[in-house]
Amino acid sequence: MPSIVKPVVTHPSLQRNQLGLTLRDYEGSMSTLCAGCGHDSITAAIVRALWEVSIEPHMLAKMSGIGCSSKTPAYFAHGAHGFNSAHGRMPPIATGANAANRELTYIGVSGDGDSLSIGLGHLCHAIRRNVKMVYIIENNGVYGLTKGQFSASADTGSKSKRGEANEMSPIDPVMLALSIGATFVARSFSGDKDQLVPILRAALAHRGFALIDVISPCVTFNDHTGSTKSYLYTRQHELKATEVDFVPPEKEILATIAQNGITSVTMHDGSVVQFKSVPADYDPADRQKATAYLMAQQSKGVIVTGLLFVDESVSDLHEMNRTSHVPLSRIPYENLCPGSAALQELQEDFR
Amino acid sequence: MHDQLHSRVNDFAIKLANVNGTGSASANGLLMQAIFRMGIPVSGKNLFPSNIQGLPTWYEIRVNKDGHTARALDYDLMVAMNAQTYARDIGEVRSGGYVLYDSSWPLDRALYREDVNFLPVPLAQMCNEHFKDPRERTLMKNIAYAGSLVATLDIDMPLVEQLLDERFAGKKALRESNRRALRLGYDYAKQQFECPLNFHLEKMDANGDKILIDGNTATALGCIYAGATVAAWYPITPATSVMDAFKQFCEKYRRDPETAENNYVILQAEDELAAIGMVIGASWNGARAFTSTAGPGISLMNELLGLAYYTEIPAVVIDVQRVGPSTGMPTRTQQADLIECAYASHGDTKHILLFPANPAECFEFAIRSFDLAERFQTPVIMLSDLDIGMNDWVVPGLAWDDSYRPDRGRVLGPTELEQLTRYNRYSGEDEDHVAPRTLPGVDPRGAYVARGSGHNKFGGYTETPSEYQEVMDRLARKQKAAANFVPLPEIDRRSEARFGVITIGGCEPAVLEALDLLADRDIPADYMRVRGFPFHKSVEAFLYEHEFCFVVEQNRDAQLRSLLILETCVPKDRVRSVLVYGGFPLSARHVVDGIMHQLEK
Ligand SMILES: Cc1ncc(C[n+]2csc(CCOP(=O)(O)OP(=O)(O)O)c2C)c(N)n1
Ligand code: SF4
Ligand SMILES: [Mg+2]
Repeated sequence: MPSIVKPVVTHPSLQRNQLGLTLRDYEGSMSTLCAGCGHDSITAAIVRALWEVSIEPHMLAKMSGIGCSSKTPAYFAHGAHGFNSAHGRMPPIATGANAANRELTYIGVSGDGDSLSIGLGHLCHAIRRNVKMVYIIENNGVYGLTKGQFSASADTGSKSKRGEANEMSPIDPVMLALSIGATFVARSFSGDKDQLVPILRAALAHRGFALIDVISPCVTFNDHTGSTKSYLYTRQHELKATEVDFVPPEKEILATIAQNGITSVTMHDGSVVQFKSVPADYDPADRQKATAYLMAQQSKGVIVTGLLFVDESVSDLHEMNRTSHVPLSRIPYENLCPGSAALQELQEDFR
Repeated sequence: MHDQLHSRVNDFAIKLANVNGTGSASANGLLMQAIFRMGIPVSGKNLFPSNIQGLPTWYEIRVNKDGHTARALDYDLMVAMNAQTYARDIGEVRSGGYVLYDSSWPLDRALYREDVNFLPVPLAQMCNEHFKDPRERTLMKNIAYAGSLVATLDIDMPLVEQLLDERFAGKKALRESNRRALRLGYDYAKQQFECPLNFHLEKMDANGDKILIDGNTATALGCIYAGATVAAWYPITPATSVMDAFKQFCEKYRRDPETAENNYVILQAEDELAAIGMVIGASWNGARAFTSTAGPGISLMNELLGLAYYTEIPAVVIDVQRVGPSTGMPTRTQQADLIECAYASHGDTKHILLFPANPAECFEFAIRSFDLAERFQTPVIMLSDLDIGMNDWVVPGLAWDDSYRPDRGRVLGPTELEQLTRYNRYSGEDEDHVAPRTLPGVDPRGAYVARGSGHNKFGGYTETPSEYQEVMDRLARKQKAAANFVPLPEIDRRSEARFGVITIGGCEPAVLEALDLLADRDIPADYMRVRGFPFHKSVEAFLYEHEFCFVVEQNRDAQLRSLLILETCVPKDRVRSVLVYGGFPLSARHVVDGIMHQLEK
């Protein structure tokens, strides 16, 4: 599978963002995924969100594990460093990267196999550390890259392409994350860019670890009746908990939040995300209620999408550690080495 | 019998048999430090169980005016404080030696030995009389036996009292109890026994600029001086104290006095897979990062060590070796991770290894590990072990050259990128076959995707055989080039040597002493201690210089010998083995016996 370099053709009508960049500036090399793969739609939403928030491409770090989903960082933001690492190990690698340089924006792309089986422990601990990053699970219920085995998110009763039924209960990343103190939990659907782009923008503005579970049908191994991760199933059973409407900081004053049923949440960076609650009393700031609501919907087979939970009051890894504001990777050596006099003095303790 | 021990000054060994968790470490450390301050060459070996409380634990102190401080196997004096192990401990004393025991309870007649002198001291009884708190009574028994040793061995009493004052500065009550207990034991011994014994101590001046330090503390200090800012780890004996010390030093040296902000991050990872992942992520992002672990952790790190090797990302790993496989004997020492580390991971991988022999080298090599890792953009593993890492060693004071600057290797910034028509991650190799890297967050022209999947010299994805091999061949050349940068072997040639003795790491003192003992028997041998991998060409030359060589190491499978045979052209039959791997530090007698046995065959 060679990687294909896209010809850079700039259409004069392409809109420019605050940095004067066009959407093309946030694209990467040509995807080598199957035509129609949900992961490609998510890539397109990421490109859009990054362009909209006007991030400098090189101030972004793209992290991933291994899988079809984990290949996608190559397909967006060609001006950013990327790390397509090892199966399931992206969370610790991203944690270390973040520890070294708190100034970059980290966006991790993973799969349900990558995150819910081999890397499940790592994911949980990255959540607990509240590492400031966007963490996307491109969830198709199967191992795409190794040709269609069930993943841990496959619903009980769903059938594989070979017709075998899954009898084990699934791991739902949303419920898991809520139970271990995640500070930002959202779910969306690869086919719903209108919802996904604002969720991504909200996640990019979040103070800590932002988990987005994106149902992303695998057209080759899991898009058939019986699979709850198929396009058809998701379209028919999706229920939006909150409609996210992201308002960039500079427009903040213009947003009159007077409408009924709207909850606005101020993100750590000052920007405001608005939620239009479908059930009038849905409160994305109440972990207990959100969990109860999601469980109730789940028992009815309804996939709730939207920004499901957010808490901007929790410190991220560096705040907990009281790390220097200057990224550790940039602190001059002179400020790190105690020098010969200190060494002499210290050694008096060893005599 | 007794005259065997006729007045020996500064040349004897004592062993202290205790129960784990009763606070004996403090008393034993006190004795060791006092002897060190008396300027006498000394070593202390802690032989402890994998247990928190209750199992037997031993501490051995050897003093030797000639500087031979490897573990001794003959004990002149046993301090028997553990009734469970009386039989074994009393049995280990050399004929004519002494047993100091707690005579608060009578010793079973069956345990008496005709050829050994018993020094009964009613330690428990005395402490019960003088201390009220049950905990204090137990603790002070230890200080009381230390007092008796001060008298019998002629340790400088004012010096010991001064050490107590230093230890308990600001804790008056504790200082007073300790002083009192010390006196109890001291006075009792003075009154009851002929002091000093015929082997005892006299002040010397051998420790001038020296320090008493364990390898893990020295390693942590090296990481501080190297400028490491990110550390990730998962607790494991005997590596835990590396991170404990690193944390302490960070709190001391890395906290901005004005802002109270920390110039470091220490991550206690969820496992060693994560710990090495964090190190790789941080190093990829331009920080100096390291992890410390033991063999089981290295096993888990194998996957990502291969990733770092292939993506060419620096990583520093400190492996404080212990007895394996599996949990093995976690509190016992071994050198059995050599092969595991040399080729850690799947696929064609080879790593740079450094082998310190003592805490002073732990400090120096820790710093070199970072320089090599960044220069060669690859993992570097420093292999220490439990004996070096957790025991206190007398080593030359650590020196620091303030003009030192880290070797960050080839890293391109905006100015250099400006001059390139296009940056390709794995192209543009220098004479050491290193291609320049770029760091995230610096310049979009330096952007690339690091990937463990097949890549060509441009950094692009590939499954084309020739493109894949081209990169792999360069990696092999790069690893070879590192042979000229790792610490050179230490070689000591003796005239008319018939053969060579090769060793590694903490075996050094025992092997050097053994070579002296062999020379006394008119069997001179040349010495080489390997300090780095890949092997410098002088290692192979040494092998060829000798008709045959012995390789002395602490593992069952002759791992250093295997590496020498694999990585040089020397014929197998010219390299013989002396292997001691039961878990206790090596002693010269093991080496002499091992060599003599084969020479006599
Ligand atoms: C240690 C290890 N074990 C197994 C594999 C093989 N493998 C590659 S991708 C994958 C599953 C990917 O599934 P998922 O994360 O759901 O990604 P998808 O392809 O479905 O997007 C597996 C098992 C591997 N690369 N590494
Ligand atoms: S196999 Fe499935 S997940 Fe992988 S690229 Fe094809 S459609 Fe996407
Ligand atoms: Mg999947």
